[in-house]
Amino acid sequence: MSVTAAEAPLLEQGRGGGLRGVAGRRFLLGLLVRKELRVRYRASVLGLGWSYVKPAVQFAVYFVGMGLLLRQNVIGDYAVYLFGGLVVMTAFSEAVGNATRSVVANADLVRKIYLPRELFPVASLCVAGVHLGPQLLVLVVGAVAAGWSPDLVGVVCLALGLALTALLALGLGLVLASVNVLFRDVENVVDLVLMVLVWTSPVLYPWQRVAELLGSDSVWFRLYQANPLTVAVELVHRGTWAHASVGNGSSLPPGLGPRAVAALLLSVALVALGQWVFRRLSGRFAQEL
Amino acid sequence: MGSTAVEIHGVSKHFRLRHTHSLKESVVWALQGRPQRDDFVALHPLDLTIAQGETVALLGRNGSGKSTLLKLVAGVMTPDTGRVRVRGRLAGLLEVGAGFHPDLTGRENVYLNASILGLDRAQITARFDEIVEFADIGPFLDTQVRFYSSGMFLRLAFAVAVHTEPDVFLVDEVLAVGDEAFRAKCIERIARLGAEGRTLVVVSHDLPLVEQLCSRGVVLDRGHLVVDGEVTDAVMTLRVAG
Repeated sequence: MSVTAAEAPLLEQGRGGGLRGVAGRRFLLGLLVRKELRVRYRASVLGLGWSYVKPAVQFAVYFVGMGLLLRQNVIGDYAVYLFGGLVVMTAFSEAVGNATRSVVANADLVRKIYLPRELFPVASLCVAGVHLGPQLLVLVVGAVAAGWSPDLVGVVCLALGLALTALLALGLGLVLASVNVLFRDVENVVDLVLMVLVWTSPVLYPWQRVAELLGSDSVWFRLYQANPLTVAVELVHRGTWAHASVGNGSSLPPGLGPRAVAALLLSVALVALGQWVFRRLSGRFAQEL
Repeated sequence: MGSTAVEIHGVSKHFRLRHTHSLKESVVWALQGRPQRDDFVALHPLDLTIAQGETVALLGRNGSGKSTLLKLVAGVMTPDTGRVRVRGRLAGLLEVGAGFHPDLTGRENVYLNASILGLDRAQITARFDEIVEFADIGPFLDTQVRFYSSGMFLRLAFAVAVHTEPDVFLVDEVLAVGDEAFRAKCIERIARLGAEGRTLVVVSHDLPLVEQLCSRGVVLDRGHLVVDGEVTDAVMTLRVAG
């Protein structure tokens, strides 16, 4: 008998520390992320390369379809504009989509061994982060090639935009993963929403089009602008695209600063809510799976 | 006898059995006036205290609540009433190979599974050779687990579990693994864990084995605790009940 065992306090099992519990199991988190990547690209020649082929094709389709055919390339440096927005959308969609399925997909573990269950959605987020890395590099190189000389505000905005995306994905992922255990409908609804998501932020077109359509002081337009994901896209635009050419910056929407603060507060609240919902429901995971 | 290792106080558990699994089914069942759910009490309020170093056999027929109790102790499920407290690190072997992934190699699975069971990187590295030696899977260590024979898979999974050296070890009906030689090795290893003063809770229908491994026997019957005493008495009760 180890000495520590004799001295250890009597503890209730299955009471994890939530996200803090995840922070204490970083080694396991790393293994789970590696497992996820390994499993996804098993027996594939291109391996991790596939995660770049998909965004590349998506980018090409939008660039030709929206940019050349539908003339959205009136936006200066349209390639940088488009790719900046797509980077946010791709990472967000992947993180939320996989987090939603993460607990159900690990049913075997959830039913047999106690772990901080938050590990599974957090691992999904990390996997999306791994895929994001090289795309981010492409974005920055592209922006520099287009004429961006990295400025401090820009880099901060880029980092904030990505942090905002991660927080949003984590908060939503926690809620959706836990509710999906009870109602598998959730994953289908999530797929639907993710499909239209790219249209609900200024990724493919300039924000002025939406202002013209909805009226720039209408409630709907304010809602559109308050969407935290819209703020994240605009922050990334501010970071990379705005200073790539003279004149880009002036077509950024006004009031980005206050909206960024509001969106960050909202996303932090969302993470807290997600943690609360997840904890409430996680006691039922083992018997529902 | 040392201090308390596992304290189960007033713990009960019921399950709601849903008969309908879709909107269509629930409408049809509602129209037919059939109840859509039943309540099933798996465990009635139960008290049980296990001291450090005790070896306890949980016995009972199928459906008597043994596995549910073990899951509650492991923290996988939360009880409806009461509470379960455990001292020290607990490892539950509720199923051999839970957490093993067929697409990872044996080596990767050892790291993943040992980490899931609560070891950190240094501890796993220190015990790695011992685990591999115990599993005796030879050249297959770096092969994906999906290509293992079922016996090899079980050996590796069991080897990882017993080498996590927990303070409290829960074993659910997993001793019926592998060939005779490996089974003997497993039993010997579990007996050694017990002799080292670790707390052992074993669920098994193998009565002779349980008599050999455990000193205390607890018999459950339809969610009630009916016998708690010497393992020989508990086994006798079950044999008489047939």
